[in-house]
Order: sequence, then C-alpha cells, then structure tokens
Amino acid sequence: MAVKNRKQQLLSGIATNDGHGENSPYFHGWDAYERNRFHPTQNPNGVIQMGLAENQLCFDLMEKWIKENPKAICTPEGVNEFKGIALFDDYHGLMGFREAVAKFMGKVRGNRVTFDPERIVMSGGATGANETIMFCLADPGDAFLVPSPYDPGFDRDLGWRTRAQIVPVNCSSSNDFRLTRAAVQEAYEKALESNINVKGLLLTNPSNPLGTTLERETLKALVTFVNEKNIHLVCDEIYSATTFTPSRFVSVAEVMQEVEHCNPDLIHIIYSLSKDLGLPGFRVGIVYSYNDAVVSCARKMSSFGLVSSQSQHFLAALLSDEEFIDNFLSESSKRLENRYRFLTEGLEKVGVSYVESDAGLFFWMDLRPLLMKQTFDAELELWRVIVDDVKLNISPGYSFHVSEPGWFRVCFANMDNETVEVALNRIQEFVQTRNGTTEASP
Amino acid sequence: MAANLRNQNQLLSKMAIGDGHGENSSYFDGWKAYDKYPYHPEERPDGVIQMGLAENQLCFDLIQDWLMKNPEASICSPDGVLNFKDTAIFSDYHGLPEFREAIAKFMGKVRGDRVKFDPDRIVMSGGATGAQETIAFCLADPGDAFLVPTPYYPGFDRVLTWRTGVQLVPVFCASSNNFKITKSALEAAYGKAQELNIRVKGLLITNPSNPLGTILDRETLKEIVRFINEKNIHLVCDEIYAATVFTNQHNFVSVSEVIEEDTERNRDLIHIVYSLSKDMGLPGFRVGIVYSYNDAVVNCARKMSSFGLVSSQTQHLIAAMLSDDEFVDRFIAKSKELLDKRRKFFTEGLEQVKIDCLNGNASLFKRMDFRRLLKDQSFEAEMELLRVIINEIKLNVSPSSFFHCSEPGWFRVCIANMDDSTMEVDLLRITYFMLQNRYRNKVVKVPTKKQRQQSSLKRSLSRRKMEDFM
Repeated sequence: MAVKNRKQQLLSGIATNDGHGENSPYFHGWDAYERNRFHPTQNPNGVIQMGLAENQLCFDLMEKWIKENPKAICTPEGVNEFKGIALFDDYHGLMGFREAVAKFMGKVRGNRVTFDPERIVMSGGATGANETIMFCLADPGDAFLVPSPYDPGFDRDLGWRTRAQIVPVNCSSSNDFRLTRAAVQEAYEKALESNINVKGLLLTNPSNPLGTTLERETLKALVTFVNEKNIHLVCDEIYSATTFTPSRFVSVAEVMQEVEHCNPDLIHIIYSLSKDLGLPGFRVGIVYSYNDAVVSCARKMSSFGLVSSQSQHFLAALLSDEEFIDNFLSESSKRLENRYRFLTEGLEKVGVSYVESDAGLFFWMDLRPLLMKQTFDAELELWRVIVDDVKLNISPGYSFHVSEPGWFRVCFANMDNETVEVALNRIQEFVQTRNGTTEASP
Repeated sequence: MAANLRNQNQLLSKMAIGDGHGENSSYFDGWKAYDKYPYHPEERPDGVIQMGLAENQLCFDLIQDWLMKNPEASICSPDGVLNFKDTAIFSDYHGLPEFREAIAKFMGKVRGDRVKFDPDRIVMSGGATGAQETIAFCLADPGDAFLVPTPYYPGFDRVLTWRTGVQLVPVFCASSNNFKITKSALEAAYGKAQELNIRVKGLLITNPSNPLGTILDRETLKEIVRFINEKNIHLVCDEIYAATVFTNQHNFVSVSEVIEEDTERNRDLIHIVYSLSKDMGLPGFRVGIVYSYNDAVVNCARKMSSFGLVSSQTQHLIAAMLSDDEFVDRFIAKSKELLDKRRKFFTEGLEQVKIDCLNGNASLFKRMDFRRLLKDQSFEAEMELLRVIINEIKLNVSPSSFFHCSEPGWFRVCIANMDDSTMEVDLLRITYFMLQNRYRNKVVKVPTKKQRQQSSLKRSLSRRKMEDFM
C-alpha cells in the first residue's frame, strides 16, 4: 500500500484520478465484443457491436471517388505537392481545407447559412474540440450545464484536464426527454444557489444518445436564455448531416440571426467529420466560434492536436467536389433513415417502444418493461444479460447520466444489412422470451 | 472598446486572456519580416531568408521516390483504396499495431540498434508539442515545476506550462564549458526551487540539444540519471533530433541505452518524447510519440492521446514506409550525409570571416558566436544586432534571449530548411555583412589572395564577386 502511494505521488492528480471515465461499466460491453466479435460466417454467435456510433453506410461512394480522383500527395498525380504538404504545420490550416470545410458545413445546413473559413479552427477530433473550447471559456471549478442524457465521453473531454465541471440538466421520459428552457433555468438557478459558477450551456444537436433534433422555438429560447444570463452557448453539431430530412435540421448558426440582440461572442459550434462523413480515424475536429478572442485562443491551442496535413489535403479535395458531396449527403440520409425504420418497425412488432427521432446513428430504446425493478442496478443486470447472453453490445442509459433506468442506446450504422437482421432477430427473440410470449413475427 | 475588453475578460477563461501562449514575444519579429517579404531567387532576391525554422528539407526526393514505388501505402490511391474503410474508421487510441511496430523499429535503428523499443509503450500525441504537454499533465500538478537546462527551445514555455499550470525552473549552463549540464548547476537549480517552496517533479533535457546542436556524452547522461534518482524526480528526454547526429563522430547516446546499462535505476522515472517532424522532415503529419518506461504513465498518456491522435491515414503511410528496412537504412544514412555536407559548407564559409560556431555534432542548425560584434555584452545590444541582421542582412535568425540563454551574442541559424543555392546566398550575405566597414576593425581578418584561393568560399563564390567585397 505504501509502495502504491509512493507510486501515485510520482504522478499528477490527473493521472491518478478517474476523470478519464474509463472505469465505467460502459466499457464492459466493449471488452465482451473485443473478445468475441460477431462475424456472419466465421463467428455467427459472436457479440454484435451496437455501442459504436459510427457511420459506415457510404464507404462505397467514397471509394469510388478515390479511384476516379487520384490527387492525394502519395499518388503520382499528387506527389509534386508532397513536400509542401509534409512541411505544412501552420496552425491556421491549409486554406483549401478551411474553405472546403466551411462550404461543407453550409451545405449540411441547406445553405441557409454560410460559414467563414477564417473561423474554422482545427482540433484533435471532436474530443479535442470539446476540451479546447472548455479551456478557452472556463477556469478550473467553473461549470457548464449539459442536458442529460449526454455522451459519456463528455466527462473526460469537458472536465478531466480542464477541471471544469458538468452540471446536468435532467430531461425525462415524461416528455420524451425534450429539453425545455424551464429545465435549463431550474438547473442554472440551483447551481448558482450552490455557489457554482456557470460559464455556459452545452447542447448536442442532433442529440447523442437520443437522435432527436431541437425545434427552432426551443433553440431560440435557449439562445435568448444564454444572452440574458451572459453565459456561453456551445453547440455540438457533429451529427448535423445525419438528419433524415436535412431541411429540418435547425442549426444555432441560423437561429442566432433570428434572435434580437444576440451577442455573437457567446456562440460557438463544435464540429467534426467523424460522424457525418464516417471518418473518425482522420481526427478532424473543428472549433467554430463567433467570438474573435476564442478563435484566436483556440487556434493557438490547436497546436496540441492539428489535423495531419496529409488528411487536410485529401479532405480539401473531397469536400470541394460539390457534385460528389451533394450526392453523398442525400444518399447517406436516405440509408440512415432506412436503417432506422427497419429496426424500429421490427421492434414495434414485439412491443418495444423508443423515442422517435429524426437523426443520428442510433436510437433510444425503452426497455423499462423488462426491468425486474425500476433501478439502475436492475438496468445493469439486464444489460449484462443482453451483452453476455443475447450477445448485443448496446449501451445502458446509466452511462449517459440519464435520470431514469431502463433506457438503452442502440447504434445501427456501423454494420451491414445482414448483421442488422441478425441483431433485430436477437432482440425480438429476447424480448419475447423475457415477456413470456411465444408469438414471433420477423 | 474598454467595456468590450472588460466584458471579454469576464467571459473567457484566464488561460484565454493571459499571455501564456507566448506569442507576443519578440521571437516573432523576424518571422513577421519573413512573412511580409520572403526570399525567392527570381521574384524577391532581396527578400528575407528564413533561418529561424528548424526543418529538415534535405531528403524529400528519397521519400517521394519511395512513394512512387509503393502506391499501396496511400489509402487514397487506387492501389491502396482497399484499405480505405478499415483505416478511416480506425480511431482506437492504441494506434495501428503496425504503426507502433514500425515506429519502435525506427527508433531503434536511429540509435544504431543498440537498444530495442517496445511497441506497446509507443503512445501517440499531436506532434512533439502534444507529447510534451501530455507528459507534463501526467507527471505534474499545477504549481509543480520542471527543471530545464538553458538555453532551451522557447516553445517549452507554452507547451509545458500554458494549460497544465506547471512552471519551468532554469538550470543555468555557460559557454565557458560549452554549456555542459553539470551536477552543480542541477543542484543549484533544484536548491533554488526548494527555497522558493516550489515542488520539482522532473528534469527535462533535449538531446540532441535545441538550440545548441550538441549531444550529451555518456558520463553526463549517467550523472543526470543518478541525480534524478537521488531526488526521486522524473527525467523527460526530448530526443526529437536523434537522427540528425553527424556521421563518423561520437555516437548519439540515448537515455534508453543508459538505463539498460544502469539497471539499479528506477525506470518509472524515465520518459522519452519523440516525433518524426525533425528526423524525417514531416512536421505537417503531426506524428508525436510519448515513450515511457512507467506503465501508469503509458496508460494515462494513452487515454490523453484521444486529444491528439495521429490521423489513421498517416499512421498507415508511416507504418508502410518505416517497415521498409532497406529504405529506412538508406534514408538515415543519406540524411546524415547531406546534413554533414551542409554543416561543413556553412561552418567553413563562416570561418573565412572568422565567425565561430559552437562545436556541436547534431541537429538542423548551428549556433553562431557573434559576441564580439555586440557593442556591449547586454541583451539590448543583442536585440540591436538582431534588428540589423533581420532588416539589413535580411536573415531571420534566433538570438540567445529567445532560448533563455544567460549570455547574449549567440545566434541559432537553421541550415537544413533550404536548397544549396539559397544556402550560398546566406553565406554571401553573412560574409558581406562581416566585411563591411563598421565591423572590419572589430573582427575580420581579411583573407589573403592565397587563402581565398584555397578556401571553400572560393569554390562557391565567383572570384569577381569576392573582389566586389574587398
């Protein structure tokens, strides 16, 4: 014990605390999957990964584009640019890259707003972007309001090294977990009473894990709220292109123009290409702020996690191909919606309900009727059965800091059609067995 | 305006409104001059030549040649696109196994295969910048300190302290013994920190040194390892210039070798920061590595690497390139050869006008001794001379003060970030500067005709040009 203490004193407090969040049960499912991965022919009884919010539905489109557009710096056509790109580590980023990302962000919002390439700041994925924005806006001990349920990664991204804290705004199933201004107001006042210095509100829109998008009126109310309190609004819009009907996604970029006397210095957007384009490996995180000082500070911090110039170059070319992008966005939305409908309709047939959503790579499933008791312990128990026996790695609501047990996030965009069918069958059989019914309808 | 500023000060974090990023320092005046009017042989022959950028541009032809012969290394080529999907979705913070293996092998080769590196200890970060910050976050709490021998890379002031809250305590080294890191200097710095009630968590050394371009001899390194063990503090070795060491000189001794020999030492205290930015000349690819002998640090740094992973596209390319043993051996040898040649050309040219450089045997730069040219031995005089160098000679170089050196008059000059003809122009300009009247009395012994004929300067300058200066 003394030895362990001595070892711990050697390292920092950050290194020895649990702020990275990886000791949560969230990761047990990952282990189970890693040890026994499903494969349709080689391992048909393996665990199906439904805990990974990835978008794998449109790689065929991208691969075709690559074959038809050999421009990368490692191709004969592009190699004359190799040296210039390999040497380029300017934290402003390649101009072509910033312009292409700004244009893409505009397209995703139906060109109802335009984005300024000079405000595009790189970061190490959305992970890096979220941390950077916290470092810019909050001092150690300061807090951000975050509606729950929220992405488990936020504990680490927003609070681990920054020492900022998250104050959850609890949403409940009574209104399908819809966020209201009243709920935010209540959480804000309570925080103030406890002497917590609230620096801002962080929204994920479309929501992870719900897959829902905020209505225009709600977003307007929240923009008004932050202006009244003179606190920041950070909108994580990393799922913006996963909306089934793109015209219905309302970005804060649009709403801020509609709110009278909105102070742009309070508005910031977090973006990434990991979900919308399905390229998490390329680590393309973006901080987009309407506050010049934040752009400046975030840009200096981007040195800690710049996007590889090799990837900047490739993406600049890909995203500048308007025809390709228009087609990609429309196909992607279509395929995501089909997947969503296939699963949710299949679940309805066995009486499982879910929060109706219009975006995301997942949906929020209601398994409360299957709980032995309405407790988180019972939820954990049910989850272990689903992972270990039903062999589906779905994610328990507990890991998203939800206030009520019995909810599970189900990812559906990271597998092929065959696997989805197997997954659906497994859920249906399990539900029916658990409910004691014998009727089956595929 | 004032109200706006006040408002901003309340709105943002202290970090955002402070100067901890270090970019308001005059380090950047030369950079600004360069950005405004950069040298180009035809378009702007009187432009500013960038000699402040420690980049390695000498071996791109080798890399490009390899790329053409290995098209599958790029996932964005028709030959490599089969791997596109798997690579594009790979965001596991352990990194591609083949990437880690290739890096571990490369690090071993750079050290003459005198040590082996374990791929499972290879942790990614956002360039060396990200690696340094990560290590500081893992080892130190806000208010804790790292000892850093002077002169040191000015970026450390931001990278190690800005967001971490850690502070740096200088270990003063002097030209009288070639800026060697002595035990007494270490003890003095440690003692000073104790007096000020500052908790020292570690010592950070850069080996090969930036800005000195020197390497630590084995005895000094062993002394340093003994010191940190006695004090039970960490040793972080930034070895990002490891492959830039002269050929046919003393071998580079890495801390990894020393701890293999000295098995009594506590390995939990030893950490290496590495990168491909200098050794391979690929700063844009942001390949930073934290290599720790402490399992808990590997673990923690790996979790933190999520904030700055290497793009999987780049991991894939680098894995292929660095697994090609024949290419790597050829690259390392050629790079050293060309660096040697460049250094020799430059230092011999300087000798012709009696400029000495610090005797270094590594790196992408040389440290010129301009102490005799200062009107007095002060940093004000140094800044005055710097302004002359930037504005009149049109060279962006880096003076002592930027590196926290305790003695003014030393200027770091980068020599690997340009082609041969630009290098010649550099030398011409420096030579011309030295031969100008105002400095003639102070330093320059004008070479005789015979000496000029024998000199390498004659080989690079036409006789007619030389006569112009006399």
